Amino acid sequence: MSDYTLTDLEYWDARIREKVQEFGLDCYPQEFEICDHNQMLGYMAYSGMPSHYPHWSYGKSYEKLKTLYDHGVSGLPYEMVINSNPALGYLMRDNTLCLQILTIAHVYGHNDFFKRNFTFQTTRAEFTIGTFKAHADRVRTYIDRPSIGYDKVEYILDAAHSLSLQCRRNLAVRKLSTEDERQRIAEAAASPPDPFQSIHRRVVDAEPDMKRVPPSPEEDLLIFIRDHNPFLADWEKDLLTIVHEQSQYFIPQIETKIMNEGWASFWHRRILDALELPQNLHLEFLVRHNQVVRPIPGGLNPYHLGLRMWEDIERFGDHPTPDERERLPPGKTGRDLLFETRDVDRDVSFIRRWLGEKLMRDLDLIRYEPRGDDLVISDVSDEEGWRPVKDMLLKNVGMGSIPVIRVEDADSGNNRTLLLSHAHDGRDLQLENAERTLGFVHRLWGRDVILDTVMNGKKATLTFGERGFAAKAAK
Amino acid sequence: MSDAIFRPFNPSDAERSDRSAGDRARHRVKVRESIRDNIADIIAEESIIGQNRDRIIKVPIRGIREYRFVYGDNTPGAGQGDGDSEAGQIVGKNKSQQQGEDKAGDQAGADYYETDVTLEELIDIMFEDLELPDLERKALRQIDAYRIAKRKGYRAVGIRIRLDKKRTARERARRKMVSRRTKGVSTSPASADVARRGRFPFHDDDLVYRHMITDVRQESNAVVLCLMDTSGSMDTMKKYLARSFFFLLYQFICTKYRNVEIAFIAHHTEAKEVTEEEFFHKGESGGTFISSAYQKALDIIQARYHPSLWNVYAFHCSDGDNFDSDNPAALKTAKELSDLCNLFGYGEIKPLGSRYYESSMLNIFRRLDADNFQTVLIERKEDIWPSFKTFLGKDRGQDQG
Repeated sequence: MSDYTLTDLEYWDARIREKVQEFGLDCYPQEFEICDHNQMLGYMAYSGMPSHYPHWSYGKSYEKLKTLYDHGVSGLPYEMVINSNPALGYLMRDNTLCLQILTIAHVYGHNDFFKRNFTFQTTRAEFTIGTFKAHADRVRTYIDRPSIGYDKVEYILDAAHSLSLQCRRNLAVRKLSTEDERQRIAEAAASPPDPFQSIHRRVVDAEPDMKRVPPSPEEDLLIFIRDHNPFLADWEKDLLTIVHEQSQYFIPQIETKIMNEGWASFWHRRILDALELPQNLHLEFLVRHNQVVRPIPGGLNPYHLGLRMWEDIERFGDHPTPDERERLPPGKTGRDLLFETRDVDRDVSFIRRWLGEKLMRDLDLIRYEPRGDDLVISDVSDEEGWRPVKDMLLKNVGMGSIPVIRVEDADSGNNRTLLLSHAHDGRDLQLENAERTLGFVHRLWGRDVILDTVMNGKKATLTFGERGFAAKAAK
Repeated sequence: MSDAIFRPFNPSDAERSDRSAGDRARHRVKVRESIRDNIADIIAEESIIGQNRDRIIKVPIRGIREYRFVYGDNTPGAGQGDGDSEAGQIVGKNKSQQQGEDKAGDQAGADYYETDVTLEELIDIMFEDLELPDLERKALRQIDAYRIAKRKGYRAVGIRIRLDKKRTARERARRKMVSRRTKGVSTSPASADVARRGRFPFHDDDLVYRHMITDVRQESNAVVLCLMDTSGSMDTMKKYLARSFFFLLYQFICTKYRNVEIAFIAHHTEAKEVTEEEFFHKGESGGTFISSAYQKALDIIQARYHPSLWNVYAFHCSDGDNFDSDNPAALKTAKELSDLCNLFGYGEIKPLGSRYYESSMLNIFRRLDADNFQTVLIERKEDIWPSFKTFLGKDRGQDQG
């Protein structure tokens, strides 16, 4: 059936690992599992996790993937690797030897990135699989408990899933405790020491509202609700914790999609070139590689953009143009820059720092706007257009595509109404989704929920209470 | 760096590892629930009529999308051009302006608003909360309907359990008598030998077996008689409404009976039996004698679908336009028809906005006194499902009462 044996894979893996070490990549131990397409679809539906708690959305996801696959709309990924220590990669049994070699090399690229990039430091890779297993076991316990059962668990999970990405984005920033925050607010409210106190009129400091919950706007919606809705049962709180923890695990991957895919593509290319593959394998490799990293007009292929940027960083280090030379830190080679950047950036900072006008023009990056039925190009990456294009790109990468919603007040109007605010950045919320999601917030919070946002340039208030949803534009 | 571990493919793992089965089943249930909630809308859509049962239908789903806070589709975005983009070029379609199109195919992350179901599945969902009226009464007799075998004659070969001992003994006795009568004229040395010793054993030729055939139960036969006015006053919209109704009826009967036949009777001033194609596509001009259709139906029932063997379901769609002089005859034949049928219905189709005819058969038929006769009024597409329910509910209500 396939044109290789396990021994072949082990042979090529050993050679690839030689190169990995030569290039200085720093990987977790690696494990590979060979699977068929059904298993692959299964892994994809459950984010690659060997065990995962049940929820219908994963069934939906499987059906969707399978339909697309069966109708040939989309192929399967050649590989899938999860951020764990040891890193766990899945290889498709039906792939050719060449694809397996490419995949293995690609996986080591991801592996290195998982281990070294700062965003992943919070994910506790050693415990990944165990944590997901423990979550699955806990959820199953609740399902099996006669007093709870599947329906009630699903009722909470449905709501929790809809809010799972409403959480802090940069997990490397330490979250302050409530006390610390209060102290900070008190300090900020106090007027600065005045050396001329005796001659000035005494200023009465405005008393900060120390009782306000939360002390400052809070992004972790699920956790906030868990901690501040006294009517939730312990198992309900636990479900919220589980969903929150799982999304925390995936946020680094969302935040570094372009870097991560680009990085793996960059290194699989390097490694395979260095392997001196036999002619036939090498030609197939080039074809596959170009399929993976080809640009998608109208869209944005993270493999392509990422790869081009990493290549540009290396070029910048090794062969800077005269203009660039002065910006280059002294004594740094291209390789140094690559590894530094891998460690300290995420997509937003990566693009901000490394995507220059020249590269943008080469990539033909554009900014488009809806006009009637069409999406129309508003800016191209020319002299005056590249800034708006880049700004737009920065807004959309990583978690930028998720609106920021914060809890402002848990006791608005002194009747435990939950006040949320949307940090509007020019992009309006999609109303139907907002309505449904607010419904879920209401389900978990148990009291009325208010969301302040902006719609069509006007302030708007969306509410969800006992009588359902209402939207009101401010005058 | 330690060696990588390779775990080889394990076919039995792969078979066991259908881990998403439970979640898929749950998702499927939700899809069905959602379809059931919207079944009236779906039925009113034209796409289901006259289609193969394996056909895949796109059904809009509400309620199983996964909602989150997301940005509206009207927000600008960034992407990659084709190499020489210029401001003002069109790069794609605005998603929010496209309605009902399933874009799941090429857009990762886009939630799908529609799901595919086969017509078969849709019909199952439709009929789940409905029962075919007559079956409830016949339910007891329906048990084991197809396993029951019926004796039909005797055979010299068969299985042991069907050995008819009495007849076998009789055969032997007969042979014995014959052999006694022909004594001396030895047929075979063996039998002569046996006879001499005074024993007369059974021979293979004596064995008689009961022969069984599978019985065709009458409950498994049904015929749907579709009657329709094809006079000039029936326009496309009316025909469409009629067609939906017939379709539903036929499909419904199909789910309940094994052998379902359908007959189309088109009528204007005279009735004739036609093919489905002709039934829906041929327009006749002229007036209307409803009684002619009923008479034709009666003839067909007598000739081919005798009520002792067939469950007859008849439904007549008309716009209520009938020659006054025909009304008494129509009433009389309708009465006869309802005596023969399991269920007989009359649907008057008067799309809103169409001219309101003063002569409505609904008034006439009000005088018809039969438990299994039902009239319905269909004014719009949305009426089809409720009417259908009323029609089927007629008999059911009688059962319960």
